[in-house]
Amino acid sequence: MRSALSTREMVRPRTVRDALAALRDDPTLQPIAGGTDVYVGLNFGTLPAMRFIDLWPLEPLRRIAPAGEVLSIGALASFSAIMRSRAVRSRLPMLVEAAGQIGGVQIQNRGTIGGNIANGSPAGDTLPVLAAAEAIVVLRSASEERRVPLSRYYTGYRASVRQPDELIVAIEVPAQSGAQWFRKVGTRAAQAISKIVMAAVRDATPRIAIGSVGPTVVRVPRTESALANGASIDEAVRVLEQEITPIDDVRSTAGYRRTVSGNLLRRFWADTGARP
Amino acid sequence: MGKATGKALYADDLTFPGMLHGRTIRATIPRGRITGVRLDFDAAGFTVVDHRDIPDGGRNIVSLIVDDQPCLVEREVRHVAEPVLLLAHESREALLAARVHLEYEEQPPVFDPLASDAVLKELLIEKGDLARGFERADLVVEGTYRTGHQEHVYIETNGVVAVPERDGVALYGSIQCPFYVDRALRVMLGGSRHVRVVQTETGGGFGGKEEYPSMLACHAALLALKSQRPVKIIYDRVEDMLATTKRHPSVIRHRTGLTKDGRITAMDVDVVIDGGAYVTLSPVVLSRGGIHAAGPYRCANTRIRGRAMFTNTPPNGAFRGFGAPQTQFAMEVHMERIAEQLGMDPVQLRMKNALRPGDTTATGQTLAGDCSAQRVLREAVKRSGYRRKKARAGTSGRGFGVALFYHGSGFTGSGELKLASRAAVEVTATGVRLLVSSTEIGQGTRTMHAQIVADAVGVPYEQVEVAPVDTSIVPDSGPTVASRTCMVVGRILERCAREVRETLGDLTPQQYFAAHGPLRVEKQHEPPGWLTWDEERYRGDAYATYAWGCNVAEIEIQPDTYEIRPIRVTAVADIGKAIHPALATGQVEGGTAQGIGFATIEQVVMRNGAMANAQLTNYTIPTTLDTPVIDVVLLENPFPEGPFGAKGLGELPIDGPAPAIVNAVRSLGIDLREVPATPEVVMLAAHSRAAVEQHHDLLTYGAALSGVSPGTS
Amino acid sequence: MKFTLNGSEVTVEGHPMARLLDVLRLDLGLTGTKEGCGEGECGACTVLVDGAPVCSCLEPLAHVEGRDVTTIEGLGDDHPLQRAFMQEIGAQCGICTPGMVLTALSLGPKPSLARIREGLAGNLCRCTGYEAIYRAIQSVSGERDHRTPDADTGDPRS
Repeated sequence: MRSALSTREMVRPRTVRDALAALRDDPTLQPIAGGTDVYVGLNFGTLPAMRFIDLWPLEPLRRIAPAGEVLSIGALASFSAIMRSRAVRSRLPMLVEAAGQIGGVQIQNRGTIGGNIANGSPAGDTLPVLAAAEAIVVLRSASEERRVPLSRYYTGYRASVRQPDELIVAIEVPAQSGAQWFRKVGTRAAQAISKIVMAAVRDATPRIAIGSVGPTVVRVPRTESALANGASIDEAVRVLEQEITPIDDVRSTAGYRRTVSGNLLRRFWADTGARP
Repeated sequence: MGKATGKALYADDLTFPGMLHGRTIRATIPRGRITGVRLDFDAAGFTVVDHRDIPDGGRNIVSLIVDDQPCLVEREVRHVAEPVLLLAHESREALLAARVHLEYEEQPPVFDPLASDAVLKELLIEKGDLARGFERADLVVEGTYRTGHQEHVYIETNGVVAVPERDGVALYGSIQCPFYVDRALRVMLGGSRHVRVVQTETGGGFGGKEEYPSMLACHAALLALKSQRPVKIIYDRVEDMLATTKRHPSVIRHRTGLTKDGRITAMDVDVVIDGGAYVTLSPVVLSRGGIHAAGPYRCANTRIRGRAMFTNTPPNGAFRGFGAPQTQFAMEVHMERIAEQLGMDPVQLRMKNALRPGDTTATGQTLAGDCSAQRVLREAVKRSGYRRKKARAGTSGRGFGVALFYHGSGFTGSGELKLASRAAVEVTATGVRLLVSSTEIGQGTRTMHAQIVADAVGVPYEQVEVAPVDTSIVPDSGPTVASRTCMVVGRILERCAREVRETLGDLTPQQYFAAHGPLRVEKQHEPPGWLTWDEERYRGDAYATYAWGCNVAEIEIQPDTYEIRPIRVTAVADIGKAIHPALATGQVEGGTAQGIGFATIEQVVMRNGAMANAQLTNYTIPTTLDTPVIDVVLLENPFPEGPFGAKGLGELPIDGPAPAIVNAVRSLGIDLREVPATPEVVMLAAHSRAAVEQHHDLLTYGAALSGVSPGTS
Repeated sequence: MKFTLNGSEVTVEGHPMARLLDVLRLDLGLTGTKEGCGEGECGACTVLVDGAPVCSCLEPLAHVEGRDVTTIEGLGDDHPLQRAFMQEIGAQCGICTPGMVLTALSLGPKPSLARIREGLAGNLCRCTGYEAIYRAIQSVSGERDHRTPDADTGDPRS
């Protein structure tokens, strides 16, 4: 590993309360959940953080619990736990699908939904699911708890409204109506970073969210209202192609992302169309 | 069992008392001169080495074919990641924290091999009368084909440990060719210092540890000698991908004349490979690629021109197949296009033109009974259900593609003669011991050689011991490359073992040892008496024999994403004799998987002369979910001068999958002529030839290539 | 830091953020677990924590406190899976084998070919093309998906 550990420190709070107090006192603390993102940065020597706070032992943050209409998923719920959870399987099957395509089993055993949100990569595989589901990020600091809809959570590339003294403690998913649909297009069949990742719900107004086609995960409101207002799928694809802003990078091209996003939209529409 | 128990010791598993860790400081520009080196760390505990630390009497050279590559940069930088300075320290943390600033005067780099005016090597193979051949043609088909780099991704990265020993060093490492390293160390150090090279258990090579370890060994040795401490240098994955060799990318043009019933009358092939900044093994890659460029087909009038060009990129080098996967990719996709233009069945076209015993190759070599081109083709078609499945393809949406190929066994031409490889068999108190410098790198060398010796001496396999690969103990059997380990080295062992058998008479080895003491039989390779090769004109017997292969690929294209999904690859291989069928099957399966990666998902992205996606996250090799069913059939058409009839095996399997897959895509109506055929490429290929070529060239070379107008080829 | 390693309790003095991979290899001298990439992509560093495969190159020492860690050394010298890997040539160069064996162990008894492919997707092998690895794992349970020459197996991932 390329990072000097002797100069780094790990704070290990016993409770969520202690964790929040530590963050209040030192907002430079970098949280570690499962470690699957933080440790890549440490291994490559690209993570400047010097002080870390270990969230992993905080059991209350793992809880997956339906609370009436709302499904609360603890930030520390691993992708494996999410895939096994009966509550998630019945209420948010598109999240189960997404979780199963994040890396191999080793990554699924340690990667967490909170980490995926906090990491804020536009390619994060759970993010389109949460965006399409209109989920709410629960943030907590030593002094308060607040709820921010995911649609307002990100402010730019890997930037969010989360303050340095706040932790993501849970993600709350409202009751969903309509068929759920998810597709990830990676650089290969497994263990791949998304080139495009899309989640969609066929509700009265469809909700469609796409990753890796802009600096953050995005909803596509113009496309959604076109479809809701009875536009043909061809027209909707045209709207979509204008609405997203994909780029060229080492994994793919803007042109590919644009064309395939349109293809996925068609596929979503056709797949979810025949339902009664 | 050591591999399954975790007890096998790879380079990074070794520790020595007082060991230091080493690190390489590298240039960050593709071309220019170093004008300043500034060390920005507390020097306490550090060993620092630059080119001035090469001993007097030694040479700042990593010796290979042409001694042009410096061990450490003096002034001139010719590629990104060129090594400039070496550091060693007891603490890995201190080592990695040390900062070194390099200042440069930059010069404009050359990345386009077609625009480069620096020719590394040229090649010309001529047979018959090309002009006359074209006159006889009813139809001429032309085409340009491209292959990108490929990165080895051996799961164990490059690494060595150098230990001061006597007045020199012992060098332990992940190495395919210990005597290459031995020689490189002697040349660099000069004088008559003690040098001993020991191969550690090696976690994959595929050619990537053929020549590169010599550079690494020289670096570790310099640090070890200066500090008088053992020094371990292990590359992490990023450094390994960035700095070490890759498969040569190629641009290959074909022009073929045929009669209207599909008989080839003339072949004109032009091969360009990008060698990177130094010669390394490019002349030999060009050589093998050129010799295989006309494929396993009969043609009376052939011209093959080749050139390897210098560019300001990290030198490309050996990778399983060594030029033949590139040139046979082009040949086989070109054959498919010919079949399309003629409206002829692709199998029929190949069957008609395939080499038969008695035919001559492009270099004028007459093939004997061990030529199996038609046989492997027939078997692959039968085994894969090609005809039946292709007939249903309209409804199934599946694509089917065929590739027919061959691979010369051993070093080209007089190469084996010059290598003068040696092997030995000894009688010991407990049985028999074999001594070779061939390395076990996963292909089962130890098992296969022990099998040969056991069978030839007439003792149980368990009584055969394999000597450790230590250059102070074993004779130089030549490098573990070129599909020669069984056929060439195994044959020498077979001859030694047969002589041991004769000497033993009725005695067991143990009885003989008790009565007479030790016995050692050492022999040298004897090239077949009939083999003649003209190195100047590239005419004659290029290889003692060839292995023959045929792949049939069954694929689907995902309609939304343009991803190629291989469903099944049938791989038929004639290898003369399967000494150990399970090991041989493993070679075919593994080589086929690498060929599938080469065809579909392995993309090296070059930016400003360096690999921009040098991480396993971004350079993706096939996982269990990317590989299809790989169905292997081994055929045995013996080569009389191979051990028990064996031909070379290791590289053949990687020559076929890429064209088979691309041909399967073509069968679905998409005009594809390049690999890697990523989904981005397949998407573009459905619409615009020019766009595909531009995309490929941009990723492979950083810009459009000159001299080939996109879309006109 | 106290944890159970291959069935015995151990106590390690180490930085809580030290990679489990380095603790195993450098502090405990157990070099069976390998580093292939440092980014959680290759799976060569796989160990089992409470029976679940994780990448030890991404696992802080602190996260195994009080846990049950199994490395390849914990299987001993003659586990049926180890024998199967050698018998079926599931190990060629062997560098992926420790991680591969441990992940295979976590698949449970009699895994189908589809389950094996899915479960091993995080373990890269560059030598075998995976076929012999499937043969090895299936030979232990006696399960073998028949693939005759004419059988159209369809999508290997289904």
